[in-house]
Amino acid sequence: MAEITMTEGLNKAIDEAMAEDDGVFCLGEDVSAKQGGGVFKVTQGLSEKYGEHRIRATPISETAIVGAAVGAALAGQRPIAEIMLMNFVGVCMDQIVNHAAKLRFMSGGQTPCPIVIRTTTGVGVGFGGQHSDMLEAWFAHVAGIHVVTPSNAADARGLMRASIDANDPVIFIENILCYGLKAEDPGEGYRVPLGKAAVAKEGTDISLITYGRTVLDALEVAGEMEKEGVSVEVIDLRTIAPYDEEAVLKSVRKTGRALTLHEAVRPFGTGAEIAANIQEKCWDDLKGPVRRIGGTFSAVPFASHLEQAWIPSKDEIAGQIKASVGKD
Amino acid sequence: MAEIAKEIEREQLLDIFTRTMKVNRTDEKFRELLMQGKVAVMYYCVRGQELVSAAAMAALDPDDYVVCTYRGQGEQTAKGIPLEKWWGECLGKATGTCKGKGGTMHITDPDTGIMVTTGVVGSGIPIANGLAMASQNSGDGRVTLVSFGDGAANIGGFHEAMNMAQLYKLPVVFLCQNNRYGEHTAYADHTDSPSIAARAEGYGMKGVTVDGNDVNEVYPAMVDAVEHARSGKGPVLVEAMCYRMMGHFFGADFSYMPEDHVKEMQTEDPLPKLRTVMLERQFTEEELDKIVADIDAEIDAAVQHALDAPLPDTDEIYKDVLEETA
Repeated sequence: MAEITMTEGLNKAIDEAMAEDDGVFCLGEDVSAKQGGGVFKVTQGLSEKYGEHRIRATPISETAIVGAAVGAALAGQRPIAEIMLMNFVGVCMDQIVNHAAKLRFMSGGQTPCPIVIRTTTGVGVGFGGQHSDMLEAWFAHVAGIHVVTPSNAADARGLMRASIDANDPVIFIENILCYGLKAEDPGEGYRVPLGKAAVAKEGTDISLITYGRTVLDALEVAGEMEKEGVSVEVIDLRTIAPYDEEAVLKSVRKTGRALTLHEAVRPFGTGAEIAANIQEKCWDDLKGPVRRIGGTFSAVPFASHLEQAWIPSKDEIAGQIKASVGKD
Repeated sequence: MAEIAKEIEREQLLDIFTRTMKVNRTDEKFRELLMQGKVAVMYYCVRGQELVSAAAMAALDPDDYVVCTYRGQGEQTAKGIPLEKWWGECLGKATGTCKGKGGTMHITDPDTGIMVTTGVVGSGIPIANGLAMASQNSGDGRVTLVSFGDGAANIGGFHEAMNMAQLYKLPVVFLCQNNRYGEHTAYADHTDSPSIAARAEGYGMKGVTVDGNDVNEVYPAMVDAVEHARSGKGPVLVEAMCYRMMGHFFGADFSYMPEDHVKEMQTEDPLPKLRTVMLERQFTEEELDKIVADIDAEIDAAVQHALDAPLPDTDEIYKDVLEETA
């Protein structure tokens, strides 16, 4: 079977959804062929195929982009809005939080808001403080939104397709460093259901709960730990919110230990919520405290060595695992 | 608007009068209930702006979309939301448009085209573009009208949405009800330029300013704007000059509104002016009184229905969060 990159997986999912449903359309900055098909080429080739009214290149106007997506969704369409970089959600939070997320509830169920907001980010490419943040916790804290992020190309295809199907808003986070990842193409129509985590690697000593790019670090460290006789189970949440609580608790009840890992800053992060929940619900199964790893609590720095010092390192992951299992 | 050509049809005038009085009598009833302490909710009075809403809604087709604000009673009742459902929502009852979960600031009734009522100043404007974009994509022929105040013209989303609407020639009408106040701040204290409509030119858009207290100006202007949008020529910004005769919300101190100015604006009150036009057009006092009496009876019945209606079940707080919880 053919291999695809994450970029291709996303593109194929959008392409097939647009082919099946005239109500699916994309809008965002630089998304059409005239601008090169998106800064990360996710929408490449689509404006040629579906026309510029379905791949709408917009002005640099995040509030107008998300607002238009909300309105079109209320009218029964399925817009895919692109916010070029995740930090720019700061420009349009009102449309996302006060409108997209709440209109189903505030209307008593009359006006669901099926939009996908694609956005990209990631630490490690030298973009500095305003183009790198993982802000998933902002959205996880708001009722009425799904927050999704793939860690591999196959999931990217399947999660995107499921996100377009969803009848509620989805914040779809793409990590810049993952666009080139390759996987076997799961094929047309492939869907990864929202709210379902994957066991990326089975293990018995500790549950390492993560998502997105840090799944790669987690798997690498878990491989090394294996050599030292520590069996790490890696849970890839895939949907960050509402997350697959059943899968997480099941894993922790088996291993008796848990460590959360994300690129986003640690304080008040999603790891804190997951850790608190584990401690409430798995207290009797736990052999020690649930630990958390996250980015440094400062702005993402520019200089490469500072950036590397800022993000959770593999050494830190290994160290926390060892501390949890009593091997430090 | 200098070039008002033809007279409004009599039948159309009657429709506008009926809608105007529905808005006005609803507003009067709401204030009466609040004064009597029979209800205690946030309510944003529309006294002085009834005609603008009525004329705008009369210019639309029944399935056209509307986006309005917390001061949206005028658009909502004039567009035709069944009053029992409207009052039910305002009183937080299970029979309301939104099962009592939206409230006075978030009335939604897709059946009558009231798609969003936002409590955030200016936020409806970008959303209206999206509704219009859907119509442009699907070719369903609908027009979207978004109503907002002069205060909303100064928020960033206004600018973003105006530029985008004109860029795509969206079938949308931007109705700025310039009621001379942005919350508690007078127009001159929040905006130095004399006109909101003049901003349209900066977007390459058609913009008009009309007297919102004169049916013979505001209605034809709304019809023109709706036709312009529907024909594919793009959006129009209509600035209807009117006056918010009361405070920002019911119960708010509005002593800051200069007494002499209020008195002066009362001479421009759209209601007596409309009645004069009606009489000039050979409607009788009796006919007009009968219309108002019928509206009052309908409102009284709707209020009673809402007062008697059940409260929403408390488990509604868990429902309609996501589809899975619907």
